[in-house]
Amino acid sequence: MDDLTTKTAAELAAAVAEGSVSAAEVTQAHLDRIAAVDGEVRAFLHVSAEYALDQARRVDDRRAAGEPLGALAGVPVAVKDLFTTVGAPTTCGSKILEGWYPPYESTITRRLREAGAILIGKTNMDEFAMGSSTENSGYGASRNPWDLARVPGGSSGGSAAAVAAYEAPLALGTDTGGSIRQPASVCGIVGAKPTYGGSSRYGVVAFASSLDTPGPFGRTVLDAALLHEAMSGHDPMDSTSIDAPVPPVVAAARHGDVAGLRVGVVTDLSGEGYQPGVMSRFTEAVEVLESLGAKVTELSCPHFKYALPAYYLIAPSECSSNLARFDGMRFGLRTGAGSAEEIMALTRAAGFGAEVKRRIMLGTYALSSGYYDAYYGKAQQVRTLIIQDFDAAFSQVDVLVSPVTPTTAFRLGERADDPMAMYLADLCTIPTNLAGNAAISIPCGLADEDGLPVGLQVMAPPLADDRLYRVGAAVEAAFTSRWGHPLLTEAKGLIPS
Amino acid sequence: MTVTYEEALQTYEPVFGLETHVELGTTTKMFCGCLTAFGAEPNTHVCPVCLGLPGSLPVVNRRSIEFAIRIGLALNCSIASWCRFARKNYFYPDMPKNYQISQYDEPLCTDGYLDVLVGGATIRVGIERVHLEEDTGKSLHVGGATGRIQGAEYSLVDYNRAGIPLVEIVTKPVPGTGYLAPEVAKAYVTELRDVLRTLGVSDVRMEEGSMRCDVNTSLSIRGSGVWGTRTETKNVNSLRSVERAVRSEIERQAFVLDAGRRIIQETRHFHEDSGVTTSGRSKEEAQDYRYFPEPDLVPVAPDAAWVKSIGETLPELPSARRARLIESWSLSELEFEALRNAGALDEVEATVAAGASPADARKWWLGELARRANDSGVDVSELPITPAQVARVAALVASGALNDKLARQVIDGVLEGEGTPDEVVAARGLSVVSDDSALLAAIDEAIAANAEVADKIRGGKVAAAGALVGAVMKTTGGKADAPRVRELILERLA
Repeated sequence: MDDLTTKTAAELAAAVAEGSVSAAEVTQAHLDRIAAVDGEVRAFLHVSAEYALDQARRVDDRRAAGEPLGALAGVPVAVKDLFTTVGAPTTCGSKILEGWYPPYESTITRRLREAGAILIGKTNMDEFAMGSSTENSGYGASRNPWDLARVPGGSSGGSAAAVAAYEAPLALGTDTGGSIRQPASVCGIVGAKPTYGGSSRYGVVAFASSLDTPGPFGRTVLDAALLHEAMSGHDPMDSTSIDAPVPPVVAAARHGDVAGLRVGVVTDLSGEGYQPGVMSRFTEAVEVLESLGAKVTELSCPHFKYALPAYYLIAPSECSSNLARFDGMRFGLRTGAGSAEEIMALTRAAGFGAEVKRRIMLGTYALSSGYYDAYYGKAQQVRTLIIQDFDAAFSQVDVLVSPVTPTTAFRLGERADDPMAMYLADLCTIPTNLAGNAAISIPCGLADEDGLPVGLQVMAPPLADDRLYRVGAAVEAAFTSRWGHPLLTEAKGLIPS
Repeated sequence: MTVTYEEALQTYEPVFGLETHVELGTTTKMFCGCLTAFGAEPNTHVCPVCLGLPGSLPVVNRRSIEFAIRIGLALNCSIASWCRFARKNYFYPDMPKNYQISQYDEPLCTDGYLDVLVGGATIRVGIERVHLEEDTGKSLHVGGATGRIQGAEYSLVDYNRAGIPLVEIVTKPVPGTGYLAPEVAKAYVTELRDVLRTLGVSDVRMEEGSMRCDVNTSLSIRGSGVWGTRTETKNVNSLRSVERAVRSEIERQAFVLDAGRRIIQETRHFHEDSGVTTSGRSKEEAQDYRYFPEPDLVPVAPDAAWVKSIGETLPELPSARRARLIESWSLSELEFEALRNAGALDEVEATVAAGASPADARKWWLGELARRANDSGVDVSELPITPAQVARVAALVASGALNDKLARQVIDGVLEGEGTPDEVVAARGLSVVSDDSALLAAIDEAIAANAEVADKIRGGKVAAAGALVGAVMKTTGGKADAPRVRELILERLA
C-alpha cells in the first residue's frame, strides 16, 4: 500500500504545507487505496474522484502562489452521507433520496473546504442514522476492516470503516445516540461527540434534532482534534449552535496530562450484558489513568438506566416529524400516480426501510393526543433527571469514564432481526446525547476472547470538550508505548502489516 | 323550511369567537432571509429553509417577534417572558416540511382585550392569545369543478408564501351580544384591522389574504347558561362576510336545533356568493396534529426592557384616538362612527390641523367630498385634494370670500387639476360680489320685476324676501353674498 495513506492527518497537513508532497499526490494515494479495498470494505456510497483531485490542485496552486493554507490543507476527509454537499449526491443511506443532489452546502463541509480539506467521498450509514451496524443502509452494509464478517458499528459505520481501512485519515460522522463513538470503538479508532451546539447542524439531514451532533473520526487523538476544531464554532444558520469559543481541543491533544485530574467511573455502566473482554480492557484503562496520576473514584448516575427507553421515545418522536418532508413532492423518490395522498403514501412505503418505518410509527404513537404526557412528556422528564445526574457527577469529578459499548463488533446479520439487541449497543453512549455534553471513544486494546478492539469512553461537561482530548492523548501515549505500536497495526484482514 | 334571524334570537342566545390570521409586514420571512413581497413570479422567493429541504434549519426573524409583541401590547395582553415554538404535524403538498412551525401551549401573548363600539355602546371582546407561526405555500388546483384538491387534474404550488410570518389572534368566546352578535363580530374585525394598520405591522388586506378570519359560532337556549356545540366557519374573507357568516350560522343552527337534531362539531365553509355555510371536515375525523416543542429553535425569551421599549413606541391606538377626538371635537359616539365608517378620519383630522374648524372639516369631507368619492367609486382618501386645500376652501367661506356654492366650484377645479384653491378662484374669477352699489342695481331690478312680492314685504311679510334674494343671486351668477343681499332688500323696502 502507498505510504501516504498510513500517515496521520497532522503529518499530511505538515507535509503539504512544507511542500514535501502535493495535495494531489495525497489525494491520488487515497483514491487508489479506496479503489483497492473498498470493494470489500464498502465504506463509500460515492467517491468524488474528479472533484477531490480538483480541490487538491487548488490547494497546490494556493501553495505555489504563496497564499496561506488552511489547517487541513491537502488532507482527505470522508463525509457521512447525510451532510449536504454541492456536486455530490446525498442519500442518507436511504432509497428515498437516491440520486438527490442538494442545491446547498452544509456549514461544516463548507468550513472544511475553506480549511483546504479534500472531501473525497460520501460514506455509508444506517438509513437516516438509525442503527448501530450500517445494516439498515438502503445500499448494503459496510464491513469492519478488522474482520470483514463483522459490522463496523453504526450509524456512522462507513466513516469509521474508511478511517480504519486507511481510505481516509479523517472522516465526519454524526452522533445521535452513539453513532460516532460506537463505530469508533468497534473499529479501533478515535471518535468524538462534541458538546451539542458546538458543531453546526445546518445541512446535516436531521434524524433527531435535539440529539444529533456532528463530530470527527481519526486514527489518532490529535487527528480527531484537528478535525474537531476545524469543523466547530458558532453558526448563525443553526439556532441551537452555541455562540462561544471552540474549546481548545488541539492544544489539549498535544498535552496529554492527567496528573491530578479527577476521574469518575460510572458504576451503572457495567455488569450484566457487558462482554468480559470489554470490561477487562476498560479496567486496565482506568488503571493506566491512575498510574498517570489521575484521582479515580467510583460514582453512580442512578437515572442512566432509564436513558435507553427515554431515548427510544424522544428520538423516534422527533424523527417522525423530521422525516415527514420525504413525501415525493419536491425531491427524491416518487412512486405511484393518483392523488397527492396516494403518492405520498406509496413513496414512503417504497422509499423507507423497515427500521425507519418502525421508528416513525413509534414516534407518531408517542406524540399522539392522549399519549403525549405518558411517553414524550415523561421521556423529557427523564432527560432532566439524567442532566441532573451529570451535574451532580461533574461537581465531584472532571471527567467520567465507562466502556463505549457493551460488546466488540458483532457479526453481520447477528442482530439484524432483533431490534432490542441492536439498541443495547448504545446503552453507554445515550446518556451523553440526552444531556448534550461531550464524549469520546479512545482505543484501549483488544478483547481477549475475540481479539477485537475495545473503546474507552470519556465524558466531559458541556463545552469542556478539551478534557476529552487531554485524557485521550494521555491514554493513547501510555498504551502506544506499552504496545510498542498503534493498536490499528494489529488488525488482520485488510490492514497492511 | 328555514328559521328567520328574528325567530332564532327569540329562542337562542348566540356565542361567537374569532380566530384571525394576519400576515406580518416584515421585509423577510419568519425563518429565513427570503423576501415576503406579494405578487412575485411563483417560486422565486424561496431558499433551502422555506422549501424545507433536508438538512435546512430555521432561524427566527427578530422583527417578527417584535411585531407580535406590538400586537400583544396593543391588545392589552401579557407578554410571555419565555415561550417556545411547536411543530404542528400534518401532510399537505403546500406544506414544505409537512409540519408547520407554530406555537401551541406557550403562546407569546395571552389574556388581553379589545374594546369595540357598536351602536354607540362599547363592548369588550376578550383576547385569549396571540401567537406566531409560519404561512404555508399556496396551491392552485387545476381542472376540477370546485377549485379544491378533490377532483383536480393537477395542482401547482407556489412556495413564495411559505414561511411568511403570521400571527393568529384568538378571541375568548363572546356571549351576551344577542341580536347584535353579527354586528359585533364585524366591528371587532374592523377595529382589529384598524389597530393592526395603525401599528404598521401588516397591510391587513383581506382581499389579498393578508388577513383571514375563521368564525366560531354556537347557540345556547336563552336563560339556560349552557353553551351549545360550536362550528368553525372558514373562508370568511371580508368584513361583510364576517357579519353574514355569523348571521347565517345562527339561522342554520337554530333550524337544526328546532328540528330536534344536534349540532355537529365541524369545520364549515362560507360561500361569498350565496352567503351560506356548508359542511367541511368534521372534528370526529380531524387530524391529530401531534404538537411537540420545536427542537430546531431555542426558546423565545424577550427581555423585559425590550418589551417595555416596544410598549413605549406604540403609536396612538384607534380607541385612544376615538376618545380624544370625541372629546376635543365634541362629537357623539354615533357621529364619530359615521366619520370612521366613511373612512375620513385621517382627512378630517388633517384638515382641522390645517386650520379648519372640526365642524367645517366634517361638513366638507362627509358631504361634498364623500359624495364625489362615491360617484367615482374611490375612497375619500384617494381624491386628488389635500386636507390643507380643503381647509383653505373652508377658510375662504368663513371669511366671506366664497359662499358654499362657489366653494363647490373651487373644489371642482382642484379635483380637475386646475391647481390650488386660490389658483382656481383666480382663474375662474370666483368671488362673492360684495360691492353694495353693484348689488343695489340688481336689487332694484328685482323689486321692479316682482312688485307684488315687494308689496308683501313692505306690508311686513319679511319671509317673502327669499324670492327676491333668489332673483338677485340668479342675476349675479351666484357671486353675491346672500345674507348681505337680504339685508339690503329689507333696508330698501323698509
